[in-house]
Amino acid sequence: MTTTTFPRIGTEPPPPAPRETARLGLGFALLGISMLFIALTSAYIVRQGTEAAWTAIAMPDILPANTSLILAGSVAIELARRSRRAPGRWLALTLALGAAFLMGQYAAWRELSRAGMYLATNPHSSFFYLLTAVHGVHLAGGLAVLAWVRASAPPKRERRIGTAAIYWHYMGGLWIYLLILLFGWR
Amino acid sequence: MAAMLALFFWMMAAVTVVLFLGRVWWLPELASVHGAEIDRQFVLTLAISGLVFLLAQLGLGYLIWRYRARGEGRAVYWHESPKLEFTWTLATAVLFIGVGVQGNRVWANLVSADQGQGAVTIEVTAQQFAWNVRYPGKDGKFGRTDPSRINDSLANYLGVDPNDPAGQDDIVTQNLVAVPVNQPVQLILRTKDVTHSFYVPHLRVKQDAVPGMAIRNHFTATKEGEYEIACAELCGMQHYMMRGRLLVMPRQEFDKWLAQRAAPE
Amino acid sequence: MAEQAVAHHQPAQGFIRKYVFSTDHKVIGVQYYMLALFAVAVGMGLSVLMRIRLAWPEAKWPLMQEWFPTAFAGGPMTPEFYLSMMTMHGTIMIFFVLTTAPLSGFGNYFLPIQIGARDMAFPILNMLSFWVTFVALLVMIAALFATGGAPISGWTAYAPLSAMGEVAGPGLGQGQTLWIISIAIFCVASLLTSLNFLTTTLNLRARGMSLMRMPLTVWAWFTTAMVALLAFPVLLAGGILLLLDRVGGTSFFIPGGLVVSDQLLPHSGGSPLLWQHLFWFFGHPEVYIAIIPAMGITSHILCTFARKPIFAYKAMVAAIFAIGFISFIVWGHHMFMSGMSPFSSMMFSITTLAVGVPSAIKTFNWLATLWGGRIRFTTSMLFALGFVSLFVSGGVTGMLLAQPAVDRWLHDTYFVVAHFHIIMGVAAVFAIFAGTYYWFPKMFGRMMDERQGKIHFWLTLVGVYAIFMPMHYLGAAGTPRRYAQLTEFRFLEGMQPLQVFISLAAFVTITAQVIFIFNLFWSMRRGKKAVENPWESTSLEWTVPSPPPHDNFGAAEPVVAYGPYEYSVPDAEKDYILQTEPAREVRTTT
Repeated sequence: MTTTTFPRIGTEPPPPAPRETARLGLGFALLGISMLFIALTSAYIVRQGTEAAWTAIAMPDILPANTSLILAGSVAIELARRSRRAPGRWLALTLALGAAFLMGQYAAWRELSRAGMYLATNPHSSFFYLLTAVHGVHLAGGLAVLAWVRASAPPKRERRIGTAAIYWHYMGGLWIYLLILLFGWR
Repeated sequence: MAAMLALFFWMMAAVTVVLFLGRVWWLPELASVHGAEIDRQFVLTLAISGLVFLLAQLGLGYLIWRYRARGEGRAVYWHESPKLEFTWTLATAVLFIGVGVQGNRVWANLVSADQGQGAVTIEVTAQQFAWNVRYPGKDGKFGRTDPSRINDSLANYLGVDPNDPAGQDDIVTQNLVAVPVNQPVQLILRTKDVTHSFYVPHLRVKQDAVPGMAIRNHFTATKEGEYEIACAELCGMQHYMMRGRLLVMPRQEFDKWLAQRAAPE
Repeated sequence: MAEQAVAHHQPAQGFIRKYVFSTDHKVIGVQYYMLALFAVAVGMGLSVLMRIRLAWPEAKWPLMQEWFPTAFAGGPMTPEFYLSMMTMHGTIMIFFVLTTAPLSGFGNYFLPIQIGARDMAFPILNMLSFWVTFVALLVMIAALFATGGAPISGWTAYAPLSAMGEVAGPGLGQGQTLWIISIAIFCVASLLTSLNFLTTTLNLRARGMSLMRMPLTVWAWFTTAMVALLAFPVLLAGGILLLLDRVGGTSFFIPGGLVVSDQLLPHSGGSPLLWQHLFWFFGHPEVYIAIIPAMGITSHILCTFARKPIFAYKAMVAAIFAIGFISFIVWGHHMFMSGMSPFSSMMFSITTLAVGVPSAIKTFNWLATLWGGRIRFTTSMLFALGFVSLFVSGGVTGMLLAQPAVDRWLHDTYFVVAHFHIIMGVAAVFAIFAGTYYWFPKMFGRMMDERQGKIHFWLTLVGVYAIFMPMHYLGAAGTPRRYAQLTEFRFLEGMQPLQVFISLAAFVTITAQVIFIFNLFWSMRRGKKAVENPWESTSLEWTVPSPPPHDNFGAAEPVVAYGPYEYSVPDAEKDYILQTEPAREVRTTT
């Protein structure tokens, strides 16, 4: 017979780790989104292997400008996050840059279709339309949430901007990755 | 309730095992060389898994019956036993690795087996819902095919190009394969439309035919006779009646069979 | 802080907010359960039709001909109708029953309570996930009534059969398109659910609820959510590509030079194996999404009714994790005969056999949990014991199917059908039943009828073994699966009586489920009132009223001091210690 103190596992009940719930949820969401793009990337690589004569489409001329728009958006939201006085204005700029990026992407599609490059023209054009569309859908969703964040009341708003900024940076990073995958990887 | 449940698990396990041992329903008679190894590995693994199954069900039944709640007192307070856990983890790991090594040795033999000189090469092109069979003829070369020439109503199922000299002596049949007995046969599996699977139960042959691919498979038939070819990958409406015949015959008869079907000119 | 939390959890007012678009995890859990119940009724109905055709392929059914004029055109059921039923049976059962009930149903209801939370981390997202799932189900049901019928390409939808459109067969037009859209919607819903589960588990645990004090059910839901989060995006990607091949003219899965009904398809360069890889990268983890929560539920119930701590809690957690992890590196074992490299087959064969080790550990631990116990044979316990038996029966055959050489014989035969139905279908359903009989008092405040429950158990147990054991013999004899009838081949002669036997057993078993449905709905209104803790269980849901109030714990914050399975502690007053009882000293023998 011995005397032990219950509980058996650990003696002092530890409180749960103080993570911010929204950020943790966002982290998992980004993990899921990453898996989606990893799957599409693997399809891209396999498809490159099975195509006898892989022909890459030329990069639409507007893409460098678009890229600078989305990167400027990242800077803007970062400024919003750090701004004490007027984060709303920086957020408005982020929103405008994001919307401009989406319009720019649409212009890139128009540019391609004018050049006779459609969704089904060749595998590379298929993947270009597909990947930019999936990225665009995620960015558009981000815009909606950002508008909602901008409209929310001050004490909560600051926290939400911080979370939204993570998503925005991720979208920017994802775009750079897609650009490299589509046009840097041969 | 305890006794009933224990009895059920014991009976169920016993009946299952007895029906397997009695071979009431069993594999069709073997008619190929490589099949012997597959069958042996199947029976061996079936025996191992059957034993595990039987012991586990017996044990479960026993525990249920033995430890049913009765009388006074409490259950044993027992959280873990590292020694016991280590033992059974090690035991199962050894068992599974053993089965894996043995099974993959058989597999390695199957895929790397020597295809032998003078192998008969046969191209099988599946379609919804038939097997198109082609022999290369005397020159040992298959003629060129072109999908745009395929025309089922003109019986050009493979889209054979009439201008290619290599195709002049090719022999084409539908749903009928003939092979010589005791000689290695090399299959080239293709498909015109969707994924099919070339399945000859008696020969233990099963291999998918995948669009865009030419997949090789080989076998040596050991018993003369007529066998059935079935499709083992869902290919559409009449998947269940995509039936072909495979004839295994002595070499001379096989040559005669080919000669009869060679172009008359 | 506590005041704020309570204030946040005012129950919603009005019928719509309270029962339809509710953000209460308990309401959502019940909604998922009911959705799965509806889906399982449809799925079983479809299997009845399948079994009719398989047992009596030539028979004519005048009555059916009146109800389904196209499906029974000319008398017997048409083969394409059989294939539609098979496709929809598999899809509905796997997605809308086996993924929905054990994870989203029970998980939503009990994960927050078991960790001492008042709700999920994102209640609105939670509501959204349910309604998105609901839309997915509606679209899937719509596929049943599509022009040209439901798709016939199986739940695996192998391309290019599924990618070509109507030219490849009936049901492959509109029906297949709706099928893909439904699956894509379902993927989105599952992703929302899983990130909610993960965040809730990590962030909302009560004071004292350390990870190693979480019930195994919570560990199971947590792991499953992780698996779902990583697997469903891959299916979503595959689904988008497949949809584009069908409607956008792309060639992701369709190679060049394919000719169907004398029509040369315009596609070129696609890879059918790419679909198989994407599908099975999701598809294999998916079967674990069905079975891992079932393992958790079984562990939980075995302890309760054996009055024993779970044997080797840490090993159980490790095994769940190991199974979840390995599930991502075994997908190729579905493709041994697909023309994939034989060396890949070897790799996948070894990893597949490796899954057997944690699975065997779990089985040993369940048996060791029973050893020395004082087993109470409630209906819930009976189903949990049935689960263990089925898990073994379905598991051991994995040893055969994991070997490519043996798979050359067994691939796509009834042996596979027997294997996955027992281990993933029926075993998981047994855990759902066990969970239902166990948690019903908590969910609805009344007890289910035990006598009816036991009759239901016996008919179901005998029934499922009678249905699925004979399929092993069919498989060993080489009977191919997905055949609308098995009378066209001579080598299958003599097997038809088994098909008839299986069909009859299926009809009896399915009829027996009426007892369950009756018991379920009758007990909701008329069952005996349930007390707070009818099973003398230990986890947190049994410390709150039945059914729990809107905010689960009222004004009191639960504080956890004990592990989840402190049964039969020597010298304790009762033979169980609730997780929330105050910590204290007790004497134990060591």
